[in-house]
Amino acid sequence: MASSAEEVKRSIKTYMFVFGALAVLTVVTVAAASLKIGVAAGIALALLIASVKGTLVASYFMHLIHERTVLYWILGLCAVFFVAMILLPVMQTSETAHLMDPIYQATGETPPTHAPSPAHVAPAAGAHGGH
Amino acid sequence: MSTTATEVLPHTLTPHPVTGMYNGKFGLWLFLASEIMLFGALFSSYVLLRVHGAFPHHGEHSLSVKIGTINTMILITSSVTMVLAWAAFKLNEPGKGRMFLAATALLAIAFLVIKLTLEYQHKYHEGIRPDTSTFYAIYYCMTGLHGLHIVGGVIVIGYFLLPGFGMWKTNPEQYINRIECTGLYWHFVDLVWIFLFPVFYLL
Repeated sequence: MASSAEEVKRSIKTYMFVFGALAVLTVVTVAAASLKIGVAAGIALALLIASVKGTLVASYFMHLIHERTVLYWILGLCAVFFVAMILLPVMQTSETAHLMDPIYQATGETPPTHAPSPAHVAPAAGAHGGH
Repeated sequence: MSTTATEVLPHTLTPHPVTGMYNGKFGLWLFLASEIMLFGALFSSYVLLRVHGAFPHHGEHSLSVKIGTINTMILITSSVTMVLAWAAFKLNEPGKGRMFLAATALLAIAFLVIKLTLEYQHKYHEGIRPDTSTFYAIYYCMTGLHGLHIVGGVIVIGYFLLPGFGMWKTNPEQYINRIECTGLYWHFVDLVWIFLFPVFYLL
């Protein structure tokens, strides 16, 4: 991280350059969204540009490139859990789809047959001589 | 026996030998790591819902790309003014530093005003609320949580701009450190929006 006055002044030029890059990349993101390149490619491109922008902010505005390795390890561990949190639910969807009935109702699809019906989950009150 | 603040709380100004940074900054990075998990859980929910096809097809929702782009530019600009405020204080230019802090706070308020009046209020009058659809439920949840972070940032920046500025006269080095920590938080809020914008407005 910049400590002397000269280094800080040099950093200001870098900040302005990063600002310009972020502005251009924002325009590119919007322009890319209108391209007819397919849904998957469109999502990949938009998230790639967002990742580049995020890296610029973290590296220069947050001074991450000047920090020590110990912080990289902490944030790296954080990134591993983040990716796991994103991927694991998607990988489990086929097994737990029956838990998401409202979604199936929204899409008009039928939940898998092994899904527990309300009658099985909660027997009718009073069916066994309740008071 | 008298003790100074530095003795009671070590490494408030000097870097810790293990982490290479003062303790306040390291604490803030740990806080940001927990924030990544918080927003990560919500992004995970978004991905899960999207994979299940619970959202309308692209283009069927009515979020304004124009407003989203303007708000993105506002937040990016506020990130620059925040880091320029820190640089100005480092260069011993408190007047310029306060000006950049004020600019950051004003840009943050502009973001919130646009979000509340041109988006939330407009949607509310159209009858679009969190219970309208799964898409709008998670849209309001994530952008609302992000908005609360903006409010928190405005309060902290406002504090260091006005009542907290007294520390500049008594302990300028610690004041600069606090501005740097505020900046770290603010850049994180900007970073979250950088991902929220394409996810909700463009994809």
